[in-house]
Amino acid sequence: MLDAAHHTSLPPRPGVGYKPQHYADIMSHPDPVAWIEVHAENYMGDGGRPIAQLRQLAERFAVSVHGVGLSIGGEGNLDRDHLARLKHLVGWLNPASFSEHLAWSTHDSHFFNDLLPLPYNAATLARVAAHINQVQDTIGRRMLLENPSSYLAFADATMSETDFLREVSARTGCGLLLDVNNVFVSATNLKTSPQAYIDAFPLDAVGEIHLGGHDVDEDETGAPLLIDSHGKPVVDPVWALLDYTLDRAGAKPLLIEWDNDVPAWPVLAAQATRADAALALVA
Amino acid sequence: MMGVDHATFTATILNPDATVPAGLQNPDGTTASKRFDVYRNNVAVSLSDALETAFPITRKLVGNAFFRAMAGVYLRKHPPTSPLMMFYGAQMPQFLRRFDPAKSIAYLPDIAALELALRHAYHAADATPVDAQRLGVLAPDALMGARLRIAPAITTVTSDFPIYSIYRANTVTDAPKPVMQAETVLITRARFDPEIHPINAAAARLIAALADGQSLGQAAALADETLDLGAILGLLLAQGAVTDIY
Repeated sequence: MLDAAHHTSLPPRPGVGYKPQHYADIMSHPDPVAWIEVHAENYMGDGGRPIAQLRQLAERFAVSVHGVGLSIGGEGNLDRDHLARLKHLVGWLNPASFSEHLAWSTHDSHFFNDLLPLPYNAATLARVAAHINQVQDTIGRRMLLENPSSYLAFADATMSETDFLREVSARTGCGLLLDVNNVFVSATNLKTSPQAYIDAFPLDAVGEIHLGGHDVDEDETGAPLLIDSHGKPVVDPVWALLDYTLDRAGAKPLLIEWDNDVPAWPVLAAQATRADAALALVA
Repeated sequence: MMGVDHATFTATILNPDATVPAGLQNPDGTTASKRFDVYRNNVAVSLSDALETAFPITRKLVGNAFFRAMAGVYLRKHPPTSPLMMFYGAQMPQFLRRFDPAKSIAYLPDIAALELALRHAYHAADATPVDAQRLGVLAPDALMGARLRIAPAITTVTSDFPIYSIYRANTVTDAPKPVMQAETVLITRARFDPEIHPINAAAARLIAALADGQSLGQAAALADETLDLGAILGLLLAQGAVTDIY
């Protein structure tokens, strides 16, 4: 257990996804960022530098643990070994928040290292709610569930994503992580309105907001196909959608995600500064 | 109706030639094509990238284009079985031994094994080294009866090829050119960064016996005259590889 003064919640300020290449910049700066987020699976080794760095960071910053491997939308049972590793990590780190994705990544003991989509209907709702209950019971705390980026539609979907998330939250008590870039990507890809999505979203349940960059492509018909890549700055329409969201939701913890082609620290810090300016408008 | 089960979904992801299941659609209701390829691409690229991160010297030895093509075969034959991507690629040495296009580079599987061992060491549990004085003060009989607890990061890799020299030649400027000979490597991790040391096969057997709980005397008795007991103990102690004497 860490015995430093503990951060029990994320502040409604900008945070960044932590990358080890920024460790020296962050630790040498007097006030680099309000909080950090780490991917749970990167800190599930037995020891060494990753865990030592995380201990150091946790002494200074509120930490959000963001899982990418639980496969909450999976058809099969959750991986008990992985749940045990998560319980161990959350136990010693005591992070300010734990979040995971409305997606699946494991099937028949194979892990695909991607956030794969599921249709929204009664059967998947029951499965996702049961898995979230199991996660929350295992780690002994409330988790946040994140809306995915969608590239395609399902013939057997019967619910909207916002209705699905509202119902999951109501059944399990989990909070929601609203990724505004994912909203923009999905709405563009599925030809729906991102503002209408925000209007329909259960904003009271939002415990954190994500922002990130995406790639731009086209499908075989020439229709725009945006790809959630976390490898670029946040684009202006997504900043505008953030303003639209904050106007309705109030200030929330805001995370900048930049996982690929990771830039030098000042570039990432500038994105956090811009997020701070957006928050100042609703403060 | 029109559900797409996860077995079908994943089989289609890993097979670029498979037809996209009819329940996955474009916004106009036609069956998805390029939209499904986003998932195919994400999975293949992320797993291939993970292998590049895990095996930088293997990649350097075969070149980037060869490595990417080889990774494409590997990731379909051996998708990850755990979400801990830091340990993905555990079957790489065995895979390379049977991978015909790489057969001409006979030492490649052992270099991959060395890189796996380095990753294992990097993520191994932390351990506090024992004070070397505790061995120094033991009388000869007591010394030979002592058992040494070996740190979790400690690993040895034995090869019929000059793996230490090849690794050095690809990571250190002005390292000597490898000569064809069998080499054995000891991996230690004094703090956070694994280091490799050339040892001989007898020393590797001694370390395995010590890690197995045999006394120093028992472990040394297994060795032939090529074992320099003082030298290997000195190296282990200097590298913080011994965590207890019991």
